[in-house]
Amino acid sequence: MKKIHVRYYALLREQAGKSEESLATEAGTPAALFSELHTRYPFTLSMQQLKVAINAEFRDWQTQLKDGDSVVFIPPVAGG
Amino acid sequence: MTFQFTDKDIDIAALRKELADPSCGGYCSFEGLVRNNNEGHNVTRLEYEAFTELAVKEGHRVIDEAVAKFGIARAACVHRIGSLAIGDMAVWVGVSSGHRDEAFRACRYIIDEVKHRVPIWKKEHYVSGDSGWVNCERCAEHAHDPHPQHAHQG
Repeated sequence: MKKIHVRYYALLREQAGKSEESLATEAGTPAALFSELHTRYPFTLSMQQLKVAINAEFRDWQTQLKDGDSVVFIPPVAGG
Repeated sequence: MTFQFTDKDIDIAALRKELADPSCGGYCSFEGLVRNNNEGHNVTRLEYEAFTELAVKEGHRVIDEAVAKFGIARAACVHRIGSLAIGDMAVWVGVSSGHRDEAFRACRYIIDEVKHRVPIWKKEHYVSGDSGWVNCERCAEHAHDPHPQHAHQG
């Protein structure tokens, strides 16, 4: 089991009902982690609509997660 | 060359002064303001939220790209976070360069890329009392639509 820190923003924050959490997971990639979280929270955005950041850098969905990583799922952005 | 967030009014005079450069004959800026309507809805206010740690890095990358691409001398961008009223300035971009053409082009490049790439979100509050995250709510409704008719960003 790895310990992963997840932060939620915008629509995902509201749907998760929290800004962040630390969780123990068997998920090896952010894609697997999102699938796991999707069963727990009523997320309406699909993985195809999101990007993912690990330790505050954009990463591929198949990147290998390491113990202690910080993950953020990024909904479609709307600055400006 | 800076990209930063603020939860206070954007002080254009101070920012403009920081971009002053005696070798530059052109200065161009863009101000993005909160509009009272969006896609047929009457908007009362906006809330901005950012993943600041990554957003500041990505914002700096956008500015560095503009410098490399257009050969401008200086550029900066400031974005608001928090709750904004109609008419408030949500984002400001400023560019100084030798001549006007690259100043206009770099300014346009920076605001376009910031809107497209930097992890910032806005929630609109409507006259009806309803609210919604821009680019997220209707996208979610159409998540299984094989032929989406609208862009997700921009």
